[in-house]
Amino acid sequence: MEVEAHLQRGVPAFAIVGLPDKACQEAKERVRSGITSAELEWPLRRITVNLAPAGLRKEGSGYDLPIALAVLAASRQIPPESLQGHAAVGELALDGRLRPVPGAIVAAEAARRAGLPRLLCPLESAPEAALAGIEAVPLRHLAEAGAFLRGRFRPEAVEPATARRNGGALDLADVRGQERGRRALEIVAAGHHNLLLAGPPGTGKTMLARRLPALLPALSLDQALEVTRIHSVAGVLSAAHPLVDRPPFRAPHHTASAAAVVGGGPGPRPGEVSLAHHGVLLLDELPEFHRPVLEALRQPLEDGVVAVVRVGGQAVFPARFVLVGTMNLCPCGARGDPAVECTCSPQRLAAYGRKLSRALLDRFDLVVHMPRPRGRDLDSTPGEGSEAVRSRVEPAAERLSERRPRLGKEARELLVRAVDTLPLSGRGRARVARVAATVAALAGAETIDGQHVAEALSYRAPPELTT
Amino acid sequence: MSFPAVSKGRPGYPPLLAELHDPPARLYLRGGRPEILARTSVAIVGARSCSSYGAHVARGLARDLAEAGVVVVSGLARGVDGEAHRGALAGGGLTIGVLGCGIDRDYPKAHADLARRVCESGLVLSEYPPGVEPSPWRFPARNRIVAGLAAATVVVEARRRSGALITADFALELGRDVFAVPGEITSGLSEGTNDLIRQGATPLLAAADVLEALGIEPEPPATPPTSLAPEVESVWNALRAGAMTLDEIARTTGVGAAEVAVALTELELAGLVAGTDGVYRARNLPTGRGPPE
Repeated sequence: MEVEAHLQRGVPAFAIVGLPDKACQEAKERVRSGITSAELEWPLRRITVNLAPAGLRKEGSGYDLPIALAVLAASRQIPPESLQGHAAVGELALDGRLRPVPGAIVAAEAARRAGLPRLLCPLESAPEAALAGIEAVPLRHLAEAGAFLRGRFRPEAVEPATARRNGGALDLADVRGQERGRRALEIVAAGHHNLLLAGPPGTGKTMLARRLPALLPALSLDQALEVTRIHSVAGVLSAAHPLVDRPPFRAPHHTASAAAVVGGGPGPRPGEVSLAHHGVLLLDELPEFHRPVLEALRQPLEDGVVAVVRVGGQAVFPARFVLVGTMNLCPCGARGDPAVECTCSPQRLAAYGRKLSRALLDRFDLVVHMPRPRGRDLDSTPGEGSEAVRSRVEPAAERLSERRPRLGKEARELLVRAVDTLPLSGRGRARVARVAATVAALAGAETIDGQHVAEALSYRAPPELTT
Repeated sequence: MSFPAVSKGRPGYPPLLAELHDPPARLYLRGGRPEILARTSVAIVGARSCSSYGAHVARGLARDLAEAGVVVVSGLARGVDGEAHRGALAGGGLTIGVLGCGIDRDYPKAHADLARRVCESGLVLSEYPPGVEPSPWRFPARNRIVAGLAAATVVVEARRRSGALITADFALELGRDVFAVPGEITSGLSEGTNDLIRQGATPLLAAADVLEALGIEPEPPATPPTSLAPEVESVWNALRAGAMTLDEIARTTGVGAAEVAVALTELELAGLVAGTDGVYRARNLPTGRGPPE
């Protein structure tokens, strides 16, 4: 994006052209006050600012600083040639201070691609911008920007952002009992499978799901930058630790709209599926989500990206995530709980089942029932911690990416028997084989044998969910 | 679309049905195997909103009966009826669905696919010609056909004043055997069946009970279970003591959750165990079908 300013004689006026949005249009007032507050002079001329390319919509307040600099350069208050090789981003306060804006890392990357070695940005955004491999110039005030460009101010160097250590991840040791669920979580973490947890309320489905991110292998630097970029654009980065290097965890409420989940808005913004990129998307109470939201999930689940088209433009956001869904077995929640009697009518039960289309259920590699734990379970000693489980997950994930275990003879035979005996579709068979590969990788095996397939088969969708 | 029909007194009309005091004048048929009307059949009926226990028993029982060559008759309704048909389909497909509406209708709609599968390997029939709408007052009439066709009637789960009890009453009037599956005395879904037992119905503990009463030798199982691995054996023994969740099995046997899952799959494939809603049960086996001690 290029910002140009032109001053002409005439009645003093200030116009911004080049499809600015409302926030961008209001930059006029902020820039005028900011320049005055920085004890610089607001030129009493007819000022035209052009945001190029003119055909593209410009959004947000990040253009304040570049507009101010363009005006200052046009009125020769800073030497125009000093702007050579500099990009700028930031919002101006009325007193001339600089405020951070979302998407600093994206601006920095664009600058680097355009061959500009430096980015003038608000102090708070500098560590984030530095991640893009560009020299970030941290500034507190517009006056500092002017001084820097005139060569009279030397800001301190910025270190690229670091990640928060153990960013408050929840430990698996908190979960008592639920050996079945813990095992499933380990398989999910190693093979990035989608998981559906079904059971009566209060059995720890959500508690378990929230502990999945801590089991996932850490993100590589490229992945971390990708995730950080998405989070930056959406404005959800933490100011203190702007680098996301642990798999993100997103849990939108079930009232969320389709636009909020897959992305949308007049100029498309990433939705929850993209914020969960390389991480975990938890849909708690899956059948309570609006049907269009659930159906919209099918594209990202299939392709790992989501394409959003709006009047204001189109965007393709990455969205490769592990989907974890939780659900009760019936609307009243009592089904599957030996202590209570289910009061749902057959019609209500059928309507509940219909909420989840076959196509969506087919995307869950593992379906795990979470029964109500008995007293003894809750009394038992704490289980294994996340650290210990992750030490098994990481080598398994590596093994899966290098050389996937192949189906052995025994495994093949068992699959044939399963298709003959159980209600298992062709797609179901493929899913079982995929999970069996992960089970084999966790066991450190080169080939998938009967045992691995047998365990994988126990996670198939039960007939009561599919009929 | 036309449907074949058999009239009372003509060949092909089931003789047992003629024993009703108001047998239907005509039976409209849908499906490829009308000859199974002549075979020995057992009705399995029960509550529409059944528990997972009821669904499990109905399915397992129907499967065992169908495997033994007995036709399973039911009303194609939700709950126990549907499970009975599904079990019979899994056990070879000998099953008859009796409709309480026109022969061309699928009621409930959700069972259209089930009805199609029943048609493929068995039979769907009705006393109503095409076009007759389903309505509640026709269901007791349907129940009399279910009871009339079957040599014995099994009630799996029924509340007090359930439609399944009407079927049982018809069977009693005809002097046929009535079995009731015992249920928990604290559950409303078992009130009707437990009451039947108090009145003299035979408590049903295994498919073999029905077969014995009908004088049918249970067919030997196709693949007799061979010796089981020690872990599978201990999981099996634990389950015979009662229904359990996977975590409970793991704790009782001391076998890890992953190994229990392996064992359960093997037992499931062998037809010895079935799971619903995360609770695993040993299938109620007719005599002589258990694995070796």
